[in-house]
Amino acid sequence: MQQIIKWSRKNLFATRMNTLLSLVSLWLIYVTIDGVASWAFINASFLGADKASCIANPHGACWPFVTAKLNQFIYGNYPAGEQWRVNIVFALGALGLGLLMTGCISFKKQLAVLMLTAYPVLTFILLSGGLLGLSYVETNQWGGLLVTLVIAVTGIVVSLPLGILLALGRRSELPIIRMMSVVFIEFWRGVPLITVLFMASVMLPLFLPEGMNFDALLRCLIGVSLFASAYMAEVIRGGLQAIPKGQYEAGKSIGLSYWKSMRLIILPQALVISIPGIVNTFIGLFKDTTLVMIVGIFDLLGIISFHFTDPNWTSPQVPITGFVFAGLVFWVFCFAMSYYSKSVERRFSVTGENK
Amino acid sequence: MNFLKWPTIEFSKAGLLFTIVTFLLFPALSNVMPAKAEGTLELIKKRNVLTCGVTQGLPGFSAPDDKGRWHGIDADFCRAVAVAVLGDADAIKFVPLSAKVRFTALQSGEIDLLARNTTWTMHRDTALGIQFIGANYYDGQGFIVKKDIGVTSVRELDGASICANAGTTTELNVADYFRSNGMEYDISSFEKSEEAVAAYDAGRCDAYTTDQSGLYAQRQRLVDPDAHIVLNEVISKEPLSPAVRQGDDVWADIVRWVHYAMLNAEELGVNSQNIDSMKASPNPSIRRLLGVEGSFGESLGLDNDWATRVILKVGNYGESFDRNLGAGSELKIERGLNALWTQGGLQFAPPIR
Repeated sequence: MQQIIKWSRKNLFATRMNTLLSLVSLWLIYVTIDGVASWAFINASFLGADKASCIANPHGACWPFVTAKLNQFIYGNYPAGEQWRVNIVFALGALGLGLLMTGCISFKKQLAVLMLTAYPVLTFILLSGGLLGLSYVETNQWGGLLVTLVIAVTGIVVSLPLGILLALGRRSELPIIRMMSVVFIEFWRGVPLITVLFMASVMLPLFLPEGMNFDALLRCLIGVSLFASAYMAEVIRGGLQAIPKGQYEAGKSIGLSYWKSMRLIILPQALVISIPGIVNTFIGLFKDTTLVMIVGIFDLLGIISFHFTDPNWTSPQVPITGFVFAGLVFWVFCFAMSYYSKSVERRFSVTGENK
Repeated sequence: MNFLKWPTIEFSKAGLLFTIVTFLLFPALSNVMPAKAEGTLELIKKRNVLTCGVTQGLPGFSAPDDKGRWHGIDADFCRAVAVAVLGDADAIKFVPLSAKVRFTALQSGEIDLLARNTTWTMHRDTALGIQFIGANYYDGQGFIVKKDIGVTSVRELDGASICANAGTTTELNVADYFRSNGMEYDISSFEKSEEAVAAYDAGRCDAYTTDQSGLYAQRQRLVDPDAHIVLNEVISKEPLSPAVRQGDDVWADIVRWVHYAMLNAEELGVNSQNIDSMKASPNPSIRRLLGVEGSFGESLGLDNDWATRVILKVGNYGESFDRNLGAGSELKIERGLNALWTQGGLQFAPPIR
């Protein structure tokens, strides 16, 4: 007790100005917490099968909406009998990432390779089926968090290697390769993602013969991946440029080939420098997935706002609750990504400055 | 819906031009095209599923339940067509479409049928390469007001402040209507309908205006829905109609007559409950509808039980209306213009004979 008083005297109430600011801050914290708590808990409705209880509590959150629709929010219209396949994919992904993150295993490299090669293949087989006795599930039945994660993870997994290649290509001494990389990057960076998706969904079917259609989700995956690659390339190019010329020359002087000196000397340093930028792109990409709503695919946010139109649930608090829920889920994922990036940075830090 | 009228036409024109150019430049591509002789009906039978374009969620027309199953008068119509053609109400793939892509989806063959509360206008009917089959809901722009201000007619709104959605034809309709009737008004426009409704609910305007069916849906979002009343009159015509691609008359006939069969069934008092006993009815109109007499289904390219199946699995027009929009639903919309012609409404179907 004595210590607390001492500490707050020193840190919170040292001068008159300090005291004033502390009191104002405390008041602001109280007002915020009070408002959030009374909306989310005290005045909220928690149980009910339709909007009746939410209308009875007009000043609080309508949580029954979220619980009643949770299955839809996670899986979309993925057939109920087949949802175990999605669960396996989620569980394997979480397990793999968890093991990679905690970092107390010896086969880390092998696991990382597996996560980048075998896991996507397995995911594809499990989710879409049509093989090994699994029934085929059309992608228009996928939805919610499943679609958000599929798009984000595909974008992330494709954009990193493609971005590295493009960044190297842009710094290449071969004019054709450099030219092609520049054109690719500048084209995709110059077009808004929403236009890419819109073109893919509206224009592409008109080019194709009648009755022949690309899968809508595939169109999005390709568009998002190419788009993210262009951004990734520029982030990594920044890292490459930060490496002193001496490092390149050192590689050459000990007789390493171009690819070897890149792999062993340049990229390990450049990628570590670029980690904040790379994760920034990943987080941006994760949030950009909400744009696929325009192509008629319901990602997490899309399916939540889609369910606002269920006449059994239209009431004043339902949209607010739905958006708050979507915000929370997105925040959890984005925060996890930035938290993980911090630990990676710390582990790979060459100079020890990033602590 | 008024606020969904986007400039789709520029896009589809450019798209068509591109298609033509592509096919001229690459004649090889045109060999890939499926034989044009194959009609939509054969195509649907071959793949055994009907693809139906619907909204991305509109209460009463096409909206999801807790299980993600589609409900609404448009969703019901899709099911009715699927039942008539394939005999299975679940042999159907719903394609949710934004207002912008709906016509392209139909033109490109991505969907067989567009049942997406689309207003039937001359421009769309003539210039977009699509064909409307008949209004399954007569809508119009209306107003909602608080009960306690005592207004019962749009004419009494002189001097009122009105909330509306910005940049839509609803604003223009209001301007036209009030000016031609020499009335004063004060309009507040909002980017999104949620904002407009919230402003109206907070008392910033005396009235909120959009399509009437939308008003009934938005009323559910108000804090006290029973304190508000949707005025009966409308100030614009919005006949909402399903549509098919132009150029396949066989398919257009089937879709049109499914709609008429549901209307005729209501008119003749045939519904999903009494259909079995109705088959024994001596009334020749009922016997023709249910395929007991004549071969009307066969002349459509279906079998003679087509209408029986539709009524059994989906119901007649009145049942579908009641379940999705009317007294049996949350929206509680009155039949109004959508009553049968025999009851003073506009819903009129040619006879089956």
